[in-house]
Amino acid sequence: MAKDILRKSEVFYDNFDRKPGLDKMTTTYCPGCGHGILHKLVAEALEDFGVQDRTMFVSPVGCSVFAYYYFDVGNIQAAHGRAPAVATALKRANPESIVIDYQGDGDLAAIGGAEILNAANRGEGITVFFVNNATYGMTGGQMAPTTLIGQQTMTTPKGRTVANEGYPIKMSEIISTLKAPVYVERVMLGDVKSIRKARKSVRKAIQIQIEQNGFSFIEVLASCPSNLKKTPIDSQNWVREVLQENYPLGVYKDISAKFVSPDKSKTPVNYKDLPKVLNIEETNIDKNRIAEFTNKQFHEQFKIAGFGGQGVLSLGIVLSEMGMRHDFQVSWIPSYGPEMRGGTANCSVQLSSKNIGSPVVDRPTVLVAMNRPSIDKFEDSVAENGYIFYDSSLIDIEPQRKDINIIAIPATKIADDLGTTKVANMVIVGAIIEKLGIMSKDVVLDSIGEVIKKQKLININKRAILKGVEFIQNLTK
Amino acid sequence: MGKQFLKGNEAVVKGAILAGCTAYYGYPITPASEIAHAAAKYLPLAGGTFVQAESEVAAINMVYGAAGAGQRVMTASSGPGISLKTEGISYCAGAELPCVIVSITRGGPGLGNIGPEQSDYNQLVKGGGHGCYKTIVLAPNSVQEMCDFGLMAFDLADKYRTPVIIAADGFIGQMMEPVNFPEPVKVFPAKPWAIKGTKETRKNVISSIELDFDDLERHNIKLQKKYAIIEEQEVRYEEYRTDDAEIILVCYGIASRVVQSAIDNLRAEGIKAGMFRPITLFPFPHERISQLCDKASNFLTVEMSNGQMNDDVRLSVEGKKPVHLLSRYGGNVHTIKEIHAKVIKIMR
Ligand SMILES: Cc1ncc(C[n+]2csc(CCOP(=O)(O)OP(=O)(O)O)c2C)c(N)n1
Ligand code: SF4
Repeated sequence: MAKDILRKSEVFYDNFDRKPGLDKMTTTYCPGCGHGILHKLVAEALEDFGVQDRTMFVSPVGCSVFAYYYFDVGNIQAAHGRAPAVATALKRANPESIVIDYQGDGDLAAIGGAEILNAANRGEGITVFFVNNATYGMTGGQMAPTTLIGQQTMTTPKGRTVANEGYPIKMSEIISTLKAPVYVERVMLGDVKSIRKARKSVRKAIQIQIEQNGFSFIEVLASCPSNLKKTPIDSQNWVREVLQENYPLGVYKDISAKFVSPDKSKTPVNYKDLPKVLNIEETNIDKNRIAEFTNKQFHEQFKIAGFGGQGVLSLGIVLSEMGMRHDFQVSWIPSYGPEMRGGTANCSVQLSSKNIGSPVVDRPTVLVAMNRPSIDKFEDSVAENGYIFYDSSLIDIEPQRKDINIIAIPATKIADDLGTTKVANMVIVGAIIEKLGIMSKDVVLDSIGEVIKKQKLININKRAILKGVEFIQNLTK
Repeated sequence: MGKQFLKGNEAVVKGAILAGCTAYYGYPITPASEIAHAAAKYLPLAGGTFVQAESEVAAINMVYGAAGAGQRVMTASSGPGISLKTEGISYCAGAELPCVIVSITRGGPGLGNIGPEQSDYNQLVKGGGHGCYKTIVLAPNSVQEMCDFGLMAFDLADKYRTPVIIAADGFIGQMMEPVNFPEPVKVFPAKPWAIKGTKETRKNVISSIELDFDDLERHNIKLQKKYAIIEEQEVRYEEYRTDDAEIILVCYGIASRVVQSAIDNLRAEGIKAGMFRPITLFPFPHERISQLCDKASNFLTVEMSNGQMNDDVRLSVEGKKPVHLLSRYGGNVHTIKEIHAKVIKIMR
């Protein structure tokens, strides 16, 4: 430890050049302010541990917003209450760094309640200094969540009441209930003795970050003479005699003896490996195999509808994926929103030899109906000379339109005969491909394995597609 | 690079990772959640960081921290979540931190619904947060552009030290199209201003507070100069059959896809319609629209909002020609038919 606690730490700037105005020597803190004392303890510890270069200090919104005038370390100023979020990202960006999260009681316990709780709960390897001065210093002495019952502030002019404001919030107690924090202690800056004690805690908290990458939380009972409207001496006495009464000092949690930080290391990836990582490597499609299909001028617009779970969305995706492998222009868009909740689903797919404008299909050239409501809803919208493929094993009515081609296919039954009704959608894929003749059956069968994620399902999907193809072939025989 | 069939929401993440994005902080919301899903899947594989934050507020402040540390970092959200992020976006703009925010706009106001809308134009383009700031806003209209802009956004963000917003609607996020992937970015700009917990960066400070009135005024003037340069250099737009167009339909995002189809139909009937699509919503292509005034007799904005972009088109047109509006709301996208009918009505 540094021998002389009164010496200005090397971690403080000699001159506070960032401070506006002519006086570059004194701080912005009022005489007797707890922030000034705590700053000294923190700076001294950072110097003694030799981590000045590695340290980044997150200053909050509150009287300590200008900590960066004083601390000669990497500095960042956070929005009101959000310092733990900022600290989280700093630490994760540079796990070797030392991150100090310094906050007041309004900042931490009121507006930033969610941020501190969750940073603590994630066990971020940061050190939190929480200054509990029972008031909002910077904005002129309003109530803080830590303000005592009966304490007069600008917003509790007759004293804080349980009825209107509730009880003071005890952050050390709350934080210590979480599993991840390593060290939680409440100290005070109430007299020389208690400051010496606080000094030890400050050091221990920083040391835990340096050596164990653990989360620690030091609540510091401190005075704000200006808003208590007391002299520095009287307000220090108040901290010792009144504030301490309400906020018992002590270690609320300490698992530092056995804490081992989870491995948070990351292995950076060479940019050359990114395509592999992102699964976007070149796929080779033999142009000869699709040549016959790429010269045709066409534009098919599909509406594919049924119950959720019948695989209507994936039916659309398979058609699209295959279209892409034929160098067509392709788009797929799901119905999403309230309809999905009701158990029905539909998607729009377009396959075209020219650019696709709107991906939305209002007038399908092909309707695939896997349940009855789909016929009811979409039959009228089908374009003249278009197609309806419907699952005749599930739908007990026939479409009425006479100006379109209607193909009844017992897809669910065919699929069931194959062993699972789940591939009824692929039976229809086969039927569409055979009927429309816009794609190569071989290419579809060969590349279905790239689209179906589960390896063991590839074969049954292939067989289902073939059954659909055969069904159409038998119809026209 | 390979070609892949995927959702807009996934494409933007892959584009970002190819751009060297190494951190994602976000909170789930439909219809933007697939962005978080893809980031959670791919970023750790690419040696990066993914954290599901406790709120959008926390997420944008984590972005602030990561950007302050010099990382290429992104977040994504929709409507209510973007509202929560605006304070943080203002801080990023004030502290001049480069970052990328993806908005997959849904129906509003309030909880609204999860359908596609363009109702957050003002919030995204006019600086939804406090203070005199702007963000670059890119409006993709295809899955390919989701990927490409995911990449480009980081370059622009670093170049100008500014947040960049990718403003898409629910449909652009949810739809799937084939994407040709660009090469990964290999060279990154130096960021000597960042803080990294090193000797070299120790003297740096990231902050948006300037207590002194004159200092803050100087800072604001500097920001405005930067925005002026962006307006000079970064305007992007697309035109479709505007050469001889008598009516120009101005639109972006999914609406522009429908309009493009409508234009073809109108042209087939001999109506000289064209489409103008701003790709950057800020900087807005005021100058080009103003030039188009010489030829076109009418403008029509086709928007899934109450005409929030219509105001910008009026500013460009300066009262020289009528600027009409065709709105849809609530998750509904215009049909080709209703666009067609509106144009016919105007042109008769
Ligand atoms: C979003 C937001 N709300 C309110 C404020 C105004 N404000 C600045 S400091 C402060 C209170 C800070 O009090 P505390 O955290 O107790 O710190 P102290 O000043 O006492 O050190 C408030 C409410 C702000 N800057 N930002
Ligand atoms: S107002 Fe209170 S907290 Fe703020 S500097 Fe003065 S004494 Fe310290």
